[in-house]
Amino acid sequence: MDLFGDPAQWLPFTFAALMGVSILVYVVLDGFDLGVGVLFPFASDSEKDMMVASIGPFWDANETWLVLAIGLLLVAFPSAHGTILTALYLPVAIMLIGLILRGVAFEFRVKAPTPHKATWNWLFFAGSLMTSLSQGFMLGKYVMGLESTLGTWAFAMITAVFLTVAYSFIGACWLILKTEYTLQAKAVDWAKGGIWGLVLGLGLISLATPLVSPRIFDKWFTAPEIFWLAPLPILSGVTVYWLWRALGRLPNETDAGARTPFMLAITLFVFSFGGLAYSFYPYVVPEKLTIYEAASAPESLFIILVGTVFVLPMIAGYTALAYYVFKGKAAELRYD
Amino acid sequence: MDTLMLSRIQFGANISFHILFPTITIALGWVLLFFKLRFNATGDGKWMDAYRFWVKVFALSFAMGVVSGITMSFQFGTNWPGFMETVGNIAGPLLAYEVMTAFFLEAVFLGIMLFGFSRVPGWLHTTATFLVAFGTSMSAFWIIVLNSWMHTPQGYEMRDGVAYATDWFAIIFNPSMPYRFTHMMLASGLTVAFLIAGLSAFRWLLGDRSQGVRATLKTGVYLGALLIPVQIFMGDMHGLNTLEHQPQKVAAMEGNWETQSNVPLLLFAIPDEEARTNHFEVGIPNMASIILKHKADGVVPGLNDFVSEDGEVLHPPVAPVFWSFRIMVATGMAMLLLSWGAAFLMLCKGRGAEGLPKLILFAMVPMAFSGWVATLAGWYTTEIGRQPWLVQGIMTTEMAVADVPAPFVATTLGAYLSIYVLLLTAYIGVLFFLARKGVDGDVPRRRTPQSGEALARQVPAE
Repeated sequence: MDLFGDPAQWLPFTFAALMGVSILVYVVLDGFDLGVGVLFPFASDSEKDMMVASIGPFWDANETWLVLAIGLLLVAFPSAHGTILTALYLPVAIMLIGLILRGVAFEFRVKAPTPHKATWNWLFFAGSLMTSLSQGFMLGKYVMGLESTLGTWAFAMITAVFLTVAYSFIGACWLILKTEYTLQAKAVDWAKGGIWGLVLGLGLISLATPLVSPRIFDKWFTAPEIFWLAPLPILSGVTVYWLWRALGRLPNETDAGARTPFMLAITLFVFSFGGLAYSFYPYVVPEKLTIYEAASAPESLFIILVGTVFVLPMIAGYTALAYYVFKGKAAELRYD
Repeated sequence: MDTLMLSRIQFGANISFHILFPTITIALGWVLLFFKLRFNATGDGKWMDAYRFWVKVFALSFAMGVVSGITMSFQFGTNWPGFMETVGNIAGPLLAYEVMTAFFLEAVFLGIMLFGFSRVPGWLHTTATFLVAFGTSMSAFWIIVLNSWMHTPQGYEMRDGVAYATDWFAIIFNPSMPYRFTHMMLASGLTVAFLIAGLSAFRWLLGDRSQGVRATLKTGVYLGALLIPVQIFMGDMHGLNTLEHQPQKVAAMEGNWETQSNVPLLLFAIPDEEARTNHFEVGIPNMASIILKHKADGVVPGLNDFVSEDGEVLHPPVAPVFWSFRIMVATGMAMLLLSWGAAFLMLCKGRGAEGLPKLILFAMVPMAFSGWVATLAGWYTTEIGRQPWLVQGIMTTEMAVADVPAPFVATTLGAYLSIYVLLLTAYIGVLFFLARKGVDGDVPRRRTPQSGEALARQVPAE
């Protein structure tokens, strides 16, 4: 098939890829700052200030990737957007309320009168937790084909917990990279605890996905696909082992390898996402609607693509600038 | 209530809450750039004091705008799937360009603008301030393009009930876009002018006589006095544009039932849609005809022309449009009086803020939020005025609503409303708290004692 001959073929594919990349970038970036919020109750008050300082300059841009991802779903696959979001009406609402609470708590916790700070700290944690849990719940529902039965509901509750653990794991890895002294040591312990939840969750979703859908089962467990897919779970296993080793060497005098856990956590997120994306392609609404059926008119997609080609590298560029400006260990956030 | 009505209230509540904050950040970004450039040019610390105080208000408003904006982008799908299914080919690219050219720009450079002053060279900090201001304005541009297109659609064709773009230039520069965009940008400028004047007056009344507060009080008053006449003129132009493209909306704004000449400008009336007439009319004879047609016997369209033969009403609900319009105009007049009065006193006495009587300073404090009132009333006028259409002539609001059970929508509506009340109270409370804290110089930075090397770093994040 000549993929690039027919715009009705390659444009939906390109947009599905763009949307996939946006979701992945979102899950990694907002994943770590949501995770930092979920870890809040385990930290002392001054540590909380430091934790917020480590994500303060970034969280807003991180969340913009969610807007881009949902925007791409909205503009490129309008009918899928409606189907998915109406099916997930209540978890979406809980996520939005969570995002509202934690987003404004960033500002209010330091600008409101000091006696109110504890309340805003609590709302920051509660908002982060609501967001993580509802995203995990939606992931579970999506994997289960957006069906509403007692079984899918129970499964979604489990994925809700595991995604939250995964976020707090990558959040802990971020703190290892950005902090020092006792907070860093605590973060290492959090990461060591979180990694087992992460492994359990990954295993569960990897097992459930092919069992729910015979189509996905066939995609993974028939020759020859099984041979060139086999490296994915094997590499994931190696990454987990390497992560465990890296965490064992931290914290240390020279801060050597403080970057490693975060980088490996990203790698693990990429592998997991790659596996999911492979399973569901070409469906955007599982087993119901493919990206080719749901796509907008090619003329409209093309107009967006032109802009994307110019703008995405710029976004990547100035995002890199922001991470460069605020590189190194987190420091007090000051306006002067 | 049914799902349609609940969904409309929910979206209305959400977008009303949302617009409060972009209305501040759009213009405040440019005012901050002005403060920074004055500082760069004069080296006078008062401009940096002003910058530091108002950048906090900006950060807080921006966060409120971001989180409520995300909520809206999801509600398109959760509550109004029919909208994107019908006009997605046009709305989609416009929204995509907003995300790509505006959201990332402002979100990324906001970090540098807020926390980068001592980390990056001065020019980069100034550039970051400019890019954030530019980003917020770009965002306003794209969303107003889409909103205007929903009022005055062109450059498309319908195939099997779905809109397809035929001319992007015509879509972007649709007939109401230039008026609506200018009207909104000026509204943002006025909101910020009165917010700055109001909070500065509040600090002044508490006894703050710092150079910073003098500078911001002057900036607020002069900006307001400068923009309000331009806004009144632009509003009139926008009204004439609406008369041409959406006469039923103007008929509702004027409370005019029959198409006729010599229509009075109603100052007060209670429109009655059942009886299709007004009660207790108080008006200025011929004035509506003069404003809309520039002659006393000009013919103004009436609401009864927009009822089909089988009795279907194709004009908006009259009372809300009629009254929102009057609230907007009255607020505008109050702004004109206050800002010109204050500017006149400051100029002719030549003593700046010292020349202002207490009465005027007291009036400025509640007027700090006059921009919000006028902006909301204006948006209610134009958006309720578009009903029953969602996209004028293409689809009604009813056609777009999701088939979600009404109790679901009622639950989420209740949750959103309680959060909005909480946040709005907290927001206004914190603005005045910051102003009180800022009296006698900038906010003092508290340093919590720590041991060892952590001392230098671990200070509460601001």
